[in-house]
Amino acid sequence: MHISVTVDGMAYQADVEPRTLLVHWLREGIGKVGTVVGCDTSNCGSCTVLLDGRSVKSCSVLAVQADGSTVTTIQGISDGNEWHPVQTAFKECHGLQCGYCTPGMVMSTVDLLSENPNPTEAEIREGLEGNLCRCTGYHNIVKSVAYAADLMGGSAK
Amino acid sequence: MTQMEVTTPTTPTALGRPIRRKEDARLLHGQTNWTDNIQLPGTLHMAILRSPMAHARITKLDVSAALKMPNVVAAFGAAELGDLNGSVPCVWPVTDDIVMPGFPALAIDKVRHVGDCVAVVLATDAVHAADALEAIEVDYEPLPAVVNMESAIVDGSTIVHDDKGTNTCYVYNLGGGYDEVAAKADVIVKRRFINQRLIPAFMEPRAVVAAPMGMSDEITIWTSTQIPHILRVLLALVTGIPENNLRVVAPDVGGGFGGKLQCYREEILVTQLARKLGRPVKWTETRSEDMVATHHGRDQIQDIEIASTSDGKMLGLKVTLLANMGAYLQIITPGVPLLGMFMYPAIYKMDAYDFTCTGVFTNTTPTDAYRGAGRPEATYAIERIVDELAAELGMEPMELRKKNWITHEEFPFTTVAGLTYDTGNYEAATARAMELFDYDGLRAEQALRRASGDPVQLGIGISTFTEMCGLAPSRTLGALKYVAGGWEHCTVRLLPTGKVEVVTGTSPHGQGHETAWSQIASSVLGVPVEDIEVIHSDTGRSPYGMDTYGSRSLAVGGQAIKKAADRLVEKAKVIAAHQLECSPDDIEFVEGVFRVKGDPEKVQPLGAVAFEAFTAHNLPPGVEPTLSAEATVDPEDFSYPHGTHLAAMEVDTETGKVTLRKYVCVDDVGVQVNPMIVEGQVHGGLAQGIAQAMFEGAQYDEDGNLQTASLADYLIPSAMDLPSFITDTTCTPSTTHPLGTKGVGEAGAIASTPAIINGVVDALRPLGVTDITMPAAPMTVWRAIQAAKAGGAA
Repeated sequence: MHISVTVDGMAYQADVEPRTLLVHWLREGIGKVGTVVGCDTSNCGSCTVLLDGRSVKSCSVLAVQADGSTVTTIQGISDGNEWHPVQTAFKECHGLQCGYCTPGMVMSTVDLLSENPNPTEAEIREGLEGNLCRCTGYHNIVKSVAYAADLMGGSAK
Repeated sequence: MTQMEVTTPTTPTALGRPIRRKEDARLLHGQTNWTDNIQLPGTLHMAILRSPMAHARITKLDVSAALKMPNVVAAFGAAELGDLNGSVPCVWPVTDDIVMPGFPALAIDKVRHVGDCVAVVLATDAVHAADALEAIEVDYEPLPAVVNMESAIVDGSTIVHDDKGTNTCYVYNLGGGYDEVAAKADVIVKRRFINQRLIPAFMEPRAVVAAPMGMSDEITIWTSTQIPHILRVLLALVTGIPENNLRVVAPDVGGGFGGKLQCYREEILVTQLARKLGRPVKWTETRSEDMVATHHGRDQIQDIEIASTSDGKMLGLKVTLLANMGAYLQIITPGVPLLGMFMYPAIYKMDAYDFTCTGVFTNTTPTDAYRGAGRPEATYAIERIVDELAAELGMEPMELRKKNWITHEEFPFTTVAGLTYDTGNYEAATARAMELFDYDGLRAEQALRRASGDPVQLGIGISTFTEMCGLAPSRTLGALKYVAGGWEHCTVRLLPTGKVEVVTGTSPHGQGHETAWSQIASSVLGVPVEDIEVIHSDTGRSPYGMDTYGSRSLAVGGQAIKKAADRLVEKAKVIAAHQLECSPDDIEFVEGVFRVKGDPEKVQPLGAVAFEAFTAHNLPPGVEPTLSAEATVDPEDFSYPHGTHLAAMEVDTETGKVTLRKYVCVDDVGVQVNPMIVEGQVHGGLAQGIAQAMFEGAQYDEDGNLQTASLADYLIPSAMDLPSFITDTTCTPSTTHPLGTKGVGEAGAIASTPAIINGVVDALRPLGVTDITMPAAPMTVWRAIQAAKAGGAA
């Protein structure tokens, strides 16, 4: 099937098998390997991207469902020189260790803060419930999100 | 002043600062080099047909139909693979008479656990390789599966390896004298603890790419491993490929926790097939494969007996273990319980210690190292039994610990298990933890809730742990029949432009070695942290190393960096003295600059010396060009971090729901290179140890089917399941490690599990509950409460 998708600001045209998952098309179709696969049951959230501005697990979306949409991945939220405040906050608060869950955590955080610029700790934890991390125990991830809220002009309660 | 001097070091004391990580830029921008990102031209993708049965005879296997499927290039069963079907190695034959069954990469005639590899298909893309598995014809004749360890060692049990005639892998004994002290004891407490099976569940699924390189006979293997150096040796031995033709690279690795400390059958298969087919071969596991095929951890039945006087003086400890090996032995499967063997007496003084461990084969996924590897099991058992002893004696559990622990004046102290702890201060860590926790306040609240009959009871869980890490003195490993050493290597190279390369044999997968190792080198060389490149995890670029596990990288590898950097300075000093026209004895090296003592005008920065060593126009006689130094360090002893962990547990006695309300830990990990990274390691360890106590457990049914075979069924905690932690540290520098450092990678995971369960049991003890089987799920806790109410065993 033919799809037209804008990914990280660039328009792509592609023919995909109907069964192709969005994450596989991103990784293998157009080389967006910053987005990763951590499970096959939609539990881990490592593959989280923004689809038309809202976070989705890209393993739970078919590529054909993204037809006509805009996708933003971890590789599209900053240009590499200018860091997104969420990226800055994760570095500053040591919110990552191995970094495998990080693309998904960052994208979920971007979505969380766009919806709730002033989250409490409980709201942060609830908002990230769909993203698993095995390294950090979440302590510094929660701090990172609160700090990102500060950097973005909100203030975590 | 020379031009080189404009480079001001970030700090002469880079050591001990919470410097933000160098690694983070690529990790936060999606620029990470995961193995699965590697896509070479002409790659064949391997898919694996795995056994759906725990124990069966393969009566027919025909891969020919798979070859007719779209995009398929090759397919192999054991018969087609022939001599290339290597056997997964075990390097720790713990006893002379250990039963060592073979472990073929592709099963021959029989499968022995769900997930055993039966056949492989190679196609030009991963999707069609997976599709073609369905075309493979395979018939199984089911055999009874043996899953339970106690059943496995009963006469007449089904035998996992029938040619061996037994499911007992080995019996290991240590110590003695318990019966004599027990005969004199006033009190003996016996408990059986189940240290359940866990799944490492690192976030990055395993992946391997192997490619024959055109210009030579070299095969390069990229793999998500913790142990590229050890793996190279093992792959050479298993495959017969000359070691010099193998290059193993661990690119960015997404967590390991012991689960990537392995020479996996898939790594053998990919290497052999790349060699046979002359093309790159790639395999990336699905999470479902990971759950059944990556080795598991823990899985011990622990019978523990402690003897004491009536006033609480511990006399002796008896430990009898059944340790589940799973279906096969992998790299250090038999040795894992022995890594815990020395730690059961922990921080306590006693007169006798008996240890017996029986390794048992079952039709389950093989076990091996998982965060802590043996020491969490030991710590769980001793810290649980100490609480049970306190209850039996009617003593406050912390008071019982204080009465028996090694006091800080007594170090170095040789324990009843034979280890000599160099330093420690259990009093200081405990006092700080109790203060942060508000121990007395929470005890008062607990008394109030008990008195009022509050349906939600409060329990206080204590764990005053120590562990042995920093693997390890090579001679000790040799004495334990481990087939390798425990040294670590470093080369420090000063480049002509004054930049530095630190080549390490450690292999990080989340620990931030690039940052912390730069800090160590910076502290010696006075070169800014940002001017130092840490080269690791590639046998082509860092040829010597023993890799990363057992909280060894800083404890052992850090020493090597310090020693190599010191040696480099010594060589540079000779060149600087020549340039400054004085004796090396008259030179001091301060903050990256050589200075003639007493003459502030006469200076030579290290960078200028590097350029001089490069041009070699005017070197002193006998000094060779270039400026580098190396060191290989074999540690003098293990490292013994310790700490006091306290958990406030709320237990709803009506529903069995357990809530972790507050967690405080004060760890003593000696001198810290980067406290931010240390704290992060503690947090992650806590989460895994708490998860064992509250959430995780690999469950098999009686036919050997893994019931927790996905992340939907195996409950890794989410952010919602855990609180923020209150952490602090004390510092008694290690005297056996030159930097004063100890290991920290496993401390949290080792300490926290008993703190949680002690807290749950403490909450419920007035109801008659004396144990909770992990994980403390609501149903388990509720049943224990009902059983206690009914007067039965908890």
